[in-house]
Amino acid sequence: MARELPYIAAINEAIRLEMARDDTVLYYGQNIATTENDEFVQAFGHDRVRVTPISETAEIGMAVGAALAGYRPVVELYMAEFMLVAMDQVVNEAPRMRYMSGGRVTVPLVLKAGYGFTAGWSGQHTGSIYAMFTGVPGLKVALPATPADAKGLMATAIRDDNPVCFFHHYLLTLEPGEVPEGEYLVPFGQAAIRRTGGDVTIVATGWMVGKALAAAAALAAEGIDAEVVDPRTIQPLDTDTILASVAKTGHVVLVDQATRHGSASAIIAAEIAERGFSSLRAAVTQVTALDATIPYSEPMEAFVLPDEAKIVGAVRGVLGTAPVS
Amino acid sequence: MTELDNAKLVWMYRHMLRIREFEERVKRSFEEHPGVIRGHTHLADGAEASIVGSLAAIQQGDQILTTYRCHGYPLVLGTDPKAIMAEIYGRRDGLCGGYGGSMHLCDPGRGFLGTSGIVGQGIPQATGAAYAAQIRGQGQVVLGFFGDGATKQGAFSESLNIASLWKLPIVFVLENNSYNVVTRVEQEDANAAAGEPLSVKAKAFSMPGVTVDGGDPVRVHDTVADAVARARSGAGPTLVESLVYRLSAHGNLIAPPGVPLHFPEHEAVEVFGNLAEFEAAKRNDPVPRFRGRLVTDGVLAPDQADQIGAQVREEMQAAVDFALASPYPAADAALNYVYA
Repeated sequence: MARELPYIAAINEAIRLEMARDDTVLYYGQNIATTENDEFVQAFGHDRVRVTPISETAEIGMAVGAALAGYRPVVELYMAEFMLVAMDQVVNEAPRMRYMSGGRVTVPLVLKAGYGFTAGWSGQHTGSIYAMFTGVPGLKVALPATPADAKGLMATAIRDDNPVCFFHHYLLTLEPGEVPEGEYLVPFGQAAIRRTGGDVTIVATGWMVGKALAAAAALAAEGIDAEVVDPRTIQPLDTDTILASVAKTGHVVLVDQATRHGSASAIIAAEIAERGFSSLRAAVTQVTALDATIPYSEPMEAFVLPDEAKIVGAVRGVLGTAPVS
Repeated sequence: MTELDNAKLVWMYRHMLRIREFEERVKRSFEEHPGVIRGHTHLADGAEASIVGSLAAIQQGDQILTTYRCHGYPLVLGTDPKAIMAEIYGRRDGLCGGYGGSMHLCDPGRGFLGTSGIVGQGIPQATGAAYAAQIRGQGQVVLGFFGDGATKQGAFSESLNIASLWKLPIVFVLENNSYNVVTRVEQEDANAAAGEPLSVKAKAFSMPGVTVDGGDPVRVHDTVADAVARARSGAGPTLVESLVYRLSAHGNLIAPPGVPLHFPEHEAVEVFGNLAEFEAAKRNDPVPRFRGRLVTDGVLAPDQADQIGAQVREEMQAAVDFALASPYPAADAALNYVYA
């Protein structure tokens, strides 16, 4: 049975269900569980649900230690940028431990962080910094675009025996969608085809999935049939599904809210160039944020971000159809 | 004050000697078997009494996390020195299969959860293990070992704050060896510069802070045992500053390939020209000091002490032989264990 839930409620439902299922799952972080009325405190008590000080290095480092000692912490980090304060623990501790021990330990933890809050939050709270974590062997990176995926990917993240960066998009927070009830898992490394089409493949993540679908709808009116692929996790990355789509369409537009050289698109483009070159009938085109810090003022913010019109323009470009003035 | 029986005192001496001999064999490997040890290796000679005294204060089920200067702890916890030496030599039979090397030993089955090679970053990890112990509710205690340099990291302050706030069952063992690589503690620490012990930092986090002679395993044991008892009772953490003097340089020479690796002179001599300090530290070497005390007190006969020494030398020779004979891992094993 599915019913409609907002994206954020779907995430919370997954955490709640996993905490009920497995009492080694912990949930802590800043500005949660500050009163007895907190739903997690009421359900699971203060041993497993705690508010922490503003101490990201300790929060994430403690998650590593608790994971080494047999628990599955979910750390509430609020904003992806706050992970930067504790970059050593994220990049150079959590994902290295299992490897350096020769497989003697595991570090199952989830770093839950919102990103991409491009609603006037200016330069330090709006970044789409997920791709920098895909280059770290040992880390997994999930980017849910729908409420159902938000639930299913969070549940999978909690059950995974590796450290997982779970990046939820702030502009999707209240987006409603059909969400299955009860246990619901979305496997990592399996892309979703959001729209089937034969003319062009659009690969998009997070908030950009909606933009890509809107662009596809507009293009359909011009007789262009776009396929929209959402990787859902970028580490592991479902390259096979992307390549199969490219083999069918021969044309690719990669959409990413991150800046061009810090994007998942750049990684996907390289995979397509190496493994899908013979399928391509035009150069791979990327629609990413422009290489700037996100500006505060609305027209400038809109200028640097990918949007429906930019995606439509890029599709016309790869298909060689005349741009509309 | 805990009473240690004679058998325990002899046990302490044996383990101090084992750490010393093991570290001597690591150091000698640079001369005797050039090239078998790669990268950066850090020795615990001088800290034996502190390590053994601390670990004598914990029990089965307790856990530790340490720094990259980590060879001594697993030796005391029962890890086979053959596996440790093979790890340091990068061999297949190494404790961690050659994936980690000297800086990244671990033996979770014996309570040694691991190390961080990055200064201070193991402190929150130990704190997290203590959080896990608190939730598990089986009376486990965690010892988190780190050096004087680490106390200048935010990770230290953040962790002590939370540990005290949550009354976590942890003892923070600060092994102060007076040098952060080549920087003297008075050059980087406000408390040290003011002539205060580093244990005063505990005051900022409303927990007890004590300073102990880390060259005396009995004093270290008694101090850590008190802190462990406090932690186990649910009263929260303690900061124990253990004053040690490392008798070797920070680590082997940091050099590009082509330059033979070796241990330079201690920084007191090499950098500061302070031969007197180094000579005094050698005269105060905790290993012969403890032997002398046990012999004087009639706990250990000299020939018995010599016998222990011979046994330990034989044990560590066997570790070197084993490590040299162990094959290298298959190259393509490099892709194992990236993900669980």
